[in-house]
Amino acid sequence: MFKIVKQLTSLVAVFAVLFAFTTETMAAKKSKTLKNTQKKDFVRCGVSQGLPGFSNADAAGNWTGVDVDVCRAVAAAVLGDASKVKFTPLSAKERFTALTSGEIDILSRNTTWTLSRDADIGLTFVGVNFYDGQGFMVRKNSGMNSVNDFKDGISACTNIGTTTELNMRDFFNSKGISYEPVAFEKADEVVAAYDAGRCDTYTTDKSGLAAQRTKMSNPDDHMVLPETISKEPLGPVVRQGDSVWEDIVRWSLNTMIEAEEYGITSANADMMKTSDNPAIKRLVGAEGELGAAFGLDNEWSLRIIKQVGNYGESYERNIAAPGILPDRGPNQLWTKGGILYVPPAR
Amino acid sequence: MKFNIKKIAPQLLTLLFVILIFGFFSYNAQLNMENRGIDFGYGFLSQESSFDVQFSLIEYDGSHSYFRAYLVGLLNTILVSVIGIILATVIGVIVGIARLSSNYLIKNTAAFYVEFFRNIPLLLQIFFWYFAALRALPLPQDTESIMGVFYLTIKGLFIPAFIWENFNIFLYSIIAAVVSIAVIKNYAKRKQENEGKQLPVFLISIGLLLILPLLSFLIGGVSLSFEIPVLKKLAKTSYIYEGGVGIPPELIALTLALSLYTATFIAECVRAGIQGVGKGQKEAAASIGLNPNQILKLVVMPQALRIIIPPTTNQYLNLTKNSSLAAAIAYPDLVLVFAGTALMQTGKAIEIVSITMLTYLSLSLSISVLMNWYNKKIAIKEK
Repeated sequence: MFKIVKQLTSLVAVFAVLFAFTTETMAAKKSKTLKNTQKKDFVRCGVSQGLPGFSNADAAGNWTGVDVDVCRAVAAAVLGDASKVKFTPLSAKERFTALTSGEIDILSRNTTWTLSRDADIGLTFVGVNFYDGQGFMVRKNSGMNSVNDFKDGISACTNIGTTTELNMRDFFNSKGISYEPVAFEKADEVVAAYDAGRCDTYTTDKSGLAAQRTKMSNPDDHMVLPETISKEPLGPVVRQGDSVWEDIVRWSLNTMIEAEEYGITSANADMMKTSDNPAIKRLVGAEGELGAAFGLDNEWSLRIIKQVGNYGESYERNIAAPGILPDRGPNQLWTKGGILYVPPAR
Repeated sequence: MKFNIKKIAPQLLTLLFVILIFGFFSYNAQLNMENRGIDFGYGFLSQESSFDVQFSLIEYDGSHSYFRAYLVGLLNTILVSVIGIILATVIGVIVGIARLSSNYLIKNTAAFYVEFFRNIPLLLQIFFWYFAALRALPLPQDTESIMGVFYLTIKGLFIPAFIWENFNIFLYSIIAAVVSIAVIKNYAKRKQENEGKQLPVFLISIGLLLILPLLSFLIGGVSLSFEIPVLKKLAKTSYIYEGGVGIPPELIALTLALSLYTATFIAECVRAGIQGVGKGQKEAAASIGLNPNQILKLVVMPQALRIIIPPTTNQYLNLTKNSSLAAAIAYPDLVLVFAGTALMQTGKAIEIVSITMLTYLSLSLSISVLMNWYNKKIAIKEK
C-alpha cells in the first residue's frame, strides 16, 4: 500500500508542475516579448546560415550584415547595447517554425514578404529592409546572356522552402521550357553543386546570387543574368500577437532609414541634438516622448543611430564595400531615386 | 479471478497519466496556435502545390495537389529504400561470408571494409559520394560512353530506355516461367523424397526463364527497341543527354552511401549467424557424405538464418529511416518534398510532421511484419 501512496504523490507533483506551465502560457501580458528580452538581457534573432552582406559570421563568430543590423538596432533600442544579440542560424525550412514556436523573437533572414506568409502562418512582417528580385546565375563561358537563351532540359539549382521554387515554376511554365529543379536544404550545398557543374543555372534572389558568387571557387567565371523574374521585398518578421514588440522592430528599422534621410550618422548623432530641424531632434531624442509608446526611454533611437548607424552606413559597410552590390538600385532613398520610403517618426 | 487492486491501480494510473500528458500537449499546442492565429486542418492536401519536383515515379508537376506531392516523396523514399535494401543485403552477405574465409587477403579486406564504413557517420558518407564523387565525374560533353549506350556524367547516369511492344505478353511469359518453375520444384522435391532421385532443378529453371520469354518474342509479337540517349546542346558549354532514362546523381549517391553503410552491419549479422551454428553440425553433415556446398545450403544456412534475420530486420528499418538524410543532397524524398517544401509553402507544421511521422511508422511496421513472417517461416517447426 505504501508503494501506491508514493506513486500517487509523485504523480500529483508532476501534475502540479504541468498546471503551473499551463497557467503561465495562458497569462496574456502586454508585451511579453519585450519583458522576456529585458529579463534575458539579449535579443534572440534568427539569421541565415551564411549570406555575405546580409547575415554572415566571420571566423571569430562575429555576425555582420544588413539583416544582422536590424537585430542590433533592436538590441540598442531596448537593451542599450547593440552587441546584446544572440544569433540563431536557420535554414529556409526551419525559420518560420523557429519564430512561431518562440525559439527566436525576430526573424531577420532575407525573408520575402508575401500575402500567404503574412496572413496564414502566424507571422507579421514589419517592413522591408531590402528590395530584391529573383534572378539567374550562369557560367560566363556558357554563352547564355539572357533568360531567352534557356532551352528545354536545363537544370536549375536552388534552395527548398523559398519563394524561389514557386517563381521558378511560374517562369519556366510561362516560357514553355521544361527544366530540372535540383533543390537543396542548405545554401552552401546549392553553391557547391552548381559550382561542380551539376546545374546549368543557379537561381535565387539577386542579392543572394551576388553574395554567393563570392563563395565560388572562381567568382569571375560566373555572372548574373540581367532579367529579374519576381519581386522579393525582404524584411524582418515577428510573431503575430505582440503588437508592441512588432512596433519596436518596425520603428527600429524605420529609424535607420529616416536617419539616413536626414543625414544623421553614427558620427554626428550627438551633435544633431542641437539641430534646428524638429524632425531631426525627435529622431535623436532631444524633443518629444517617442519612446514612451513602446515602454522605452527617449534615447532609444539615438542609441540605434550611434551604435549601428543609419541604413546608408549599414549598406555601405556590409554590401557595397565588400563589392557584393555596389549599386544600391531600388534600395536608395526616395529622395535619391530609390524606393526606400518610411512613415515619419513623430 | 480475484480482482487485485494492487496490480491494476498502477497500470490504470499510468494509462491516465499518458492520456493526460497527450491531452496537455495537444491542448497547449491548440492554445498557442489559436493565440498566433494559425489554423489547424488537413484541407491543404487537396490544394494545388505549385512547385515542381526533380524526379518522380508518377506523373507530377506543380498543378497537382499537395497530396500528390506527398505520394511523389513517399514513392521516392520507397524506391531508394528498396534498392538500398537489396544492394545492402547482397554486399552484406558476400562480405559476411568473406570475413570467414580462410584466405588472408579476402578475410582482411572484408574486415577493413566493415570497420571503415561502419565507423564513419552516414551523413558524411552521403556528402562524400555526392560532392567528392560528383566533382570527379565529367561534364556531359566530355563523357566517354560505356559500351556505346551508357553515359555517366555529373548530371546523372543516362541509360537507354526500353521501348516495348506488346509488353503484357512478355510479362505473361515471365509469370508462366515462374509458375512452372514452382511446379517443377515441388515435383522434384517429391521425387527425391519418394525415389531418392535428384533433378537438375537449377538448370531447368534457367532454361525456362530463357526459353519462355524468347518464345514470346518469336511468336508472341513482342518486340523491344532501345532509345539511346543523345547529347543535346543547351548553350555554348552546357550540354545534356536527351532520350533514354536519366538517373539523377542524387539517387546514385544516396543509394551507394546507404547500402555501403548498412551492408557493414548486415555483414556482421551474417558472420555472427554462420559462426553461431555449432561446429559439430558441420562435422556431422560431412560425416554423412554431404559436400561443402550441400553442407552450407542444407545444414548451416537454415540454422544461421534464424540468427541472422532478426538483427537484419533492424538494419532494414535503419536504412529506410536513414534515407531521410536525402534532403542534404537534394534527392526528393518524403522529407525533402513533403516535410520540406510543402511544409514551407503551407506553414502547416504540425499536420505535415504528423503525417510524415505516421508514414515512416507505417513503412517500418510493414517491413517488420514482412520480416517477422519470413522469420516465422524459417523457424524450427516442431512436429
